[in-house]
Amino acid sequence: MSDVSFVRTEMLPQQEPPGSSVGIVGWARANLFDGVTNSVLTIISLILVYFVLEGLLSWTFQSVWNASSLTECREIMTATWGKTHGHACWAVINDRWLQLLYGFYPPYPAEPGVNFGENTGAWPAYFRPNLSFVLLLLAVAPVLFDKVPRKLLIVTAVYPFLMPWLMWGGSIWGPVMAAAGFGIGFLAYRLLTPVIGGLGGIIAAIALPVIWWLFLVGIVAAGLESVVSISIPEVESRKFGGFMLSILIGVVAIGCSLPIGIVLALGRQSDLMIVKTLCVGFIEFIRGVPLITLLFVASVLLNVFLPPGTQFDIILRVLIMVTLFASAYMAEVVRGGLAALPKGQYEGADSLGLNYWQAQRLIIMPQALKISIPGIVSTFIGVFKDTTLVSIIGLLDPLGLSNAIRADAAWNGIYWELFAFIAFLFFVFCFGMSRYSMYLERKLHKGH
Amino acid sequence: MSELMTDRQIDRSKMQVSDEVAIEIRNMNKWYGSFHVLRDINLNVNEGERIVIAGPSGSGKSTLIRCINRLEEHQSGDIIVDGTELSSDLKNIDKIRSEVGMCFQHFNLFPHLTILENCTLAPIWVRKTPRKEAEETAMHFLEKVKIPEQADKYPGQLSGGQQQRVAIARSLCMKPRIMLFDEPTSALDPEMIKEVLDTMIELAEEGMTMLCVTHEMGFARQVANRVIFMDQGQIVEQNEPEEFFNNPKSERTKLFLSQILGH
Repeated sequence: MSDVSFVRTEMLPQQEPPGSSVGIVGWARANLFDGVTNSVLTIISLILVYFVLEGLLSWTFQSVWNASSLTECREIMTATWGKTHGHACWAVINDRWLQLLYGFYPPYPAEPGVNFGENTGAWPAYFRPNLSFVLLLLAVAPVLFDKVPRKLLIVTAVYPFLMPWLMWGGSIWGPVMAAAGFGIGFLAYRLLTPVIGGLGGIIAAIALPVIWWLFLVGIVAAGLESVVSISIPEVESRKFGGFMLSILIGVVAIGCSLPIGIVLALGRQSDLMIVKTLCVGFIEFIRGVPLITLLFVASVLLNVFLPPGTQFDIILRVLIMVTLFASAYMAEVVRGGLAALPKGQYEGADSLGLNYWQAQRLIIMPQALKISIPGIVSTFIGVFKDTTLVSIIGLLDPLGLSNAIRADAAWNGIYWELFAFIAFLFFVFCFGMSRYSMYLERKLHKGH
Repeated sequence: MSELMTDRQIDRSKMQVSDEVAIEIRNMNKWYGSFHVLRDINLNVNEGERIVIAGPSGSGKSTLIRCINRLEEHQSGDIIVDGTELSSDLKNIDKIRSEVGMCFQHFNLFPHLTILENCTLAPIWVRKTPRKEAEETAMHFLEKVKIPEQADKYPGQLSGGQQQRVAIARSLCMKPRIMLFDEPTSALDPEMIKEVLDTMIELAEEGMTMLCVTHEMGFARQVANRVIFMDQGQIVEQNEPEEFFNNPKSERTKLFLSQILGH
């Protein structure tokens, strides 16, 4: 008969792990040299990495930075290393980097004598796009990081109206009156709701600003401009280009697609037949059509349908199409987040008496969006990279410019360096977004 | 599970049932598709009553109390809560929901908010209570459920029993006149059931009107003033607990009680 009775009289203290399993040695042993096969594989990999890096690093860093043409570049290479193979000619970037960043945007856009004008020394070159970019950072900071002072949100609110004015120029009254449309909507909602009821108030708050934007803004702004003229020189859309254009399209599409996508996702879940059908139809149609098709519609077909002589800016048309495209994808990503929420969250919110919008805003959306962060950021990154497609309809994004640069006899035949530079800049932006999303996920992780 | 796992003396002095009707349900029917879940339910609940609803799973007891704050919609009959009739009128629904607190089997706390924020959310947004006042109320009720020290944690960091007590506190912050409990202890470890039941007993001692779907028969025996037994979507038997447990009338009830108390 065995003795099953056992009583521990003393609890075991915690002990240090064995030395071979911690530190660099422990790590290398566990991950690199864990058995014969793995050791061999590690050594083969190291040799491969060495050869790749050797070629890549010497190409990147044993390179020519100062030359005025590809021919000159090659001469320097032959003189220095005895061969043209295996060395980069960064001189093209040195020569054309302003063009790659700004396209043909004039450094000093002005008729002589006007403010922001000719290079009088008063304003640095590319003052307007650079200021727009700095303001963009300020406007985005309080949205991305909650340690940034809340007062910067004013910049965020003003930026959508200030940026177009800075970039395209013209009278300040246009953007101001466009902003006034939101004020009109708000006032309509506040004043008319008691008179014609909640639904009527919402309809008025949407309809009146739309009428204002479509028919009245132009007239009123022109009138005000004739009374008090505050304007800066205009820059035409076809002069926009380079990374400035990519960032412009990317930021607008990213900024607008998230709210539109949320509304579409909610609409798709709605019990209201018409709302649901419209949302599903929109999402399925836009997702079912290639972006290039939409861009061609924007650049060519739209003119066929609009009355002759209508001025409808090409960049604006592209912005609308890219935004709609991104919104459709965003809607589905957000819907995934909504579907992942347990039904109990809706019931918890309902049982406390929160109404639909309160529940969405306070309970459902914060969680659904958090779940969808990886998908949302993937869509953002995709949209930003898709902005290169606008080169197909003749806008000079960085890829379009690389063709334009090659068309110059001096740089005819140069590919790698241009694409490497463009790829590097895109990578910096996309990697930044990806890192931010990981930071955000960590920050929002609440132990559940 | 036959006896309540509590050693405290229950103070019945405040557990008075008044004559005022809190909930009135008349000829209520509900279908899920073509399935008739609730059949001709008639039930009056007076203020201060503590009612336990028991029955086998699928008998419609959860559905019944979920109809009272319209988490489920009934198709015919009337439900009148505190003088307000439940219809598809959103205003009435929101009014009733803010008067009726509810605790769920899976707590349904909001995981992205702290315990304190969970408790202050509805008072601030629905009742428009100033934040400071809402926080004071929340702390008062968190003390009552004995977890004020957890106020700044997130629900995911708490045990099941603590979460359910927070859920009760969250409902109480809306100062409801009626509390609904939908199997509040079914998802809990045995060790934690007691702390939740203690909280519910305390609530009963203060005279709260309670409707409780539960399998805790000890709780029913000691706290309830009426036990309702449901089967196949109908109320089969209702009686005072003593009578219900010691002298069940219907065969179905006897069978149920023998199964649940038999071991």
